[in-house]
Amino acid sequence: MPTIVVDVMPKAELLDPQGKAIAAALGRTGRGTFDVRQGKRFELTTDAAVSDELLASVQEIATEVLSNGVIEDVVGVHVVEDAPRESQGA
Amino acid sequence: MRIGVITFPGSLDDRDAQRAVRAAGAEAVALWHGDHDLSGVDALVLPGGFSYGDYLRCGAIASVSPIMNEVIEAAGKGMPVLGICNGFQMLTEARLLPGGLIRNDHGAFIRRDQRLRVESTDTAWTNGFAQGQEIVIPLKNGEGEYVASAETIERLEGEGLVAFRYLGVNPNGSLNDIAGVRNERGNVVGLMPHPEHATEPGFGPDTAAAMRSGVDGLTFFTSAIAALQAA
Repeated sequence: MPTIVVDVMPKAELLDPQGKAIAAALGRTGRGTFDVRQGKRFELTTDAAVSDELLASVQEIATEVLSNGVIEDVVGVHVVEDAPRESQGA
Repeated sequence: MRIGVITFPGSLDDRDAQRAVRAAGAEAVALWHGDHDLSGVDALVLPGGFSYGDYLRCGAIASVSPIMNEVIEAAGKGMPVLGICNGFQMLTEARLLPGGLIRNDHGAFIRRDQRLRVESTDTAWTNGFAQGQEIVIPLKNGEGEYVASAETIERLEGEGLVAFRYLGVNPNGSLNDIAGVRNERGNVVGLMPHPEHATEPGFGPDTAAAMRSGVDGLTFFTSAIAALQAA
């Protein structure tokens, strides 16, 4: 069964307090200095065959439900087959 | 006059909102998120809390509850709708109000008695205030930073759609100190602070006169009753 992965990130121009807290913790623990931003990964698994229609539908779900365009951006929608390592961009 | 208060899974302040409605002199009607029925109420309150544990985004899952179809339809016809805290988040997710709420800029949950300035008095929920009036009501949230695109902020400011502004301190990094907004028609208002927690002497913020005597929140509810009587 194919899994479609949707990645969502807070808008670049908005402050990401979670990422900021993680970056501060990395600094405190001596792991280096980084800018960190925290996003979300959704995995949608379906019985349906992957088609342009399905991907269009998932794109719509990503834009209208999984993210809020006022505060977030959908940064990736791609198909992953059964084995997660055999991922391919879409 | 009947004012409905919708309970969602994870609502916390629905009972306080019902008490506030009664304190203002209206009948409080408990409504359930899973129903497609507003029970013929004259106005609606979406209360605070943590619906669905803030899963996905604050207010996002509640904003697609069954009853929200009726809420959106009623709001479109001019019914007064007030969103408080999580209810405000739902109204932005449902696109009944512009902008969105994200995690407080300092990353922490905050609870304080908050000074606000009433910026817009020609709405169903603020007509009892004087323009520019300063009020104090409780604020308590983790994700109360109001954000919107630069164009949206410009439109809100230009068209007088900012309903409340934080005074003294900006407790969460909200753009332009915005604590609450209204729609063009003035029937839909949302804000992060909690008017329903400042409606009964003995349970509100401290005032110069006496501890816990602040009842500035009551005017939200008496305003709605006045708006309905005038309609």
